[in-house]
Amino acid sequence: MKKNVWKILSVVLLVYVIIAGFLGPIPDLDIVHQTIRNLYFHVCMWFVMITMLSISVVNSIQYLARFNLEKDTVAKEASLIGIFFGMMGIVTGMIWAQFAWGTWWINDPKLNGAAVGLLVYFAYMVLRKSLDDPHKRARISAVYNIFAYVIFILFILVLPKLSGVSLHPGDGKESIMPVMSMDNSLRIVFYPAILGWILLACWILNLRIRYIKVKNKIDT
Amino acid sequence: MKEIKAFIIKDIRYELRKQSTINGLILYMAAIVFIAYLSFLHVYAIDENTWNALYWIILIFASMNAVSGTFVNENANRQYYFYLLAKPRSIILSKIAYNAVLVLMLSLLSYLLFILFMGNKAQNQVMFVLNIILGSTGLSAILTFVSAISSRTDNNFTLMAILGFPLLLPFLLILMKIAACAISGNAWDTVILYFLLIIILDALVLLLAIILFPYLWRD
Repeated sequence: MKKNVWKILSVVLLVYVIIAGFLGPIPDLDIVHQTIRNLYFHVCMWFVMITMLSISVVNSIQYLARFNLEKDTVAKEASLIGIFFGMMGIVTGMIWAQFAWGTWWINDPKLNGAAVGLLVYFAYMVLRKSLDDPHKRARISAVYNIFAYVIFILFILVLPKLSGVSLHPGDGKESIMPVMSMDNSLRIVFYPAILGWILLACWILNLRIRYIKVKNKIDT
Repeated sequence: MKEIKAFIIKDIRYELRKQSTINGLILYMAAIVFIAYLSFLHVYAIDENTWNALYWIILIFASMNAVSGTFVNENANRQYYFYLLAKPRSIILSKIAYNAVLVLMLSLLSYLLFILFMGNKAQNQVMFVLNIILGSTGLSAILTFVSAISSRTDNNFTLMAILGFPLLLPFLLILMKIAACAISGNAWDTVILYFLLIIILDALVLLLAIILFPYLWRD
C-alpha cells in the first residue's frame, strides 16, 4: 500500500485536474478565452516529455558506467514514453493553435523545437532497430542518446532567442514560462496538473519495465 | 598531439594517393550548384534569402557525403590495428580535424561557384568567410561523430542522414543567421554574440565527442 501511494496520488490529481480544469473558474483573457483550459494539458505534456527524456539520458549514462542491460531498457522505454507525450503535446497544441491563431501549424520556434526533438528521438529508435546484438545496441544507442540530448536541450534554449518573436507567451526577455504573470485561479490547477501527469508517466514507465522483465524471463 | 598529427598526415597521404574522394566531391559540388542555377533560371535574379538557403542546404548535403565515408573506408583489420596502437581521443580528433579541412574546402569552393553562377550576394565577405571557417569545425565534428555511430550499423548512409540532420539544425540555424547578417552587410557588433555562440557550440560538441568516442571505438 505504502509503495503505491504515488500512483493513487497521480489518479487523484488527474481526476481533480480534469474536473477543475473543465469546470473551474478562469480569468477572462483576450484571444484565448475558454481555450486557456488547455494549459492544464498541453503545457504539462512538455514537462512530462522533458522529464522522461532526462530519465532516459541519466540511465544511458549509468549504462555506460556499469554496462548493466536493465539501465538500457529503462533508457529506451523512458524515451518512448517521452516521444508519446511529445506527440500528445503537439496534438493538443495543434488543436489550441487552430482556435487561438486560426491555423494548425505555424513557423514558431517552440513548434520547430518540438518537431526537431521528435525527429531526434525517432532517429534514436531507428538506430536501435538497426543493431542486433543487445550489448552493442545498448552501448551505441546510449552514446547517441547522450550526444543528442545535450544538443536538443541547447537547441530549445537557444532557438527562441535566435528567432526573436514567438507566438507563445513569455518569450524573449521574460522568464521561460509565463508563470509569474499567471492568474491564481489557473495556478491552483496547473501545478497539480504538472505533478499528476509526471507521476502518470512514471507509472507507465514502471509498468513497461516490469512487463519487459517478465517477458524476458518467459522468453529465456 | 604527435599521434593526432601522424593520423592526419596518414589520412592526407592516403587521400592524395587515391584522389578519388576529392575529385568526386569537387564534381559533386559543381554539378549540384549547376543544377540549382539551372532550376532557378526562370527567376530573374535569386534574392538574398534564397541564395542563403540554397548555399547551406547544398553545403550540408555535400559535407554529409564527404564525411560519411570516414570510418567505413578503412577496413576492419586496420581499424583493429589503430585500436591497439592509439588512444581513441587522438583518432576522433584527427578525423574531426581532417574532415574540418575537407568541409572548409568544400564550403569555400561552393562559395566561389555561387559567386560565379549566381552572383556575390554577401556584402561583408570577411564576415561570411569567418562564419564558414568557424562553422566547418562544428559541422565536421557533428558529422564525424554521427558517422562513427552509423558505421557500426548496416544501413550506413540512411542512418547517417537521419541521425545527423536533426542534430545539425541548431548549428545550421545560427550559421544561416550570421550569413544573413553578412549578406545584408550588418555591423560587426550585431553578430558578435552569434559568433560566440558558434564557438561555444564548437567546443561543446568537441568535448562530447572526446568523452563519448571511446565507447564507440571499443569493439
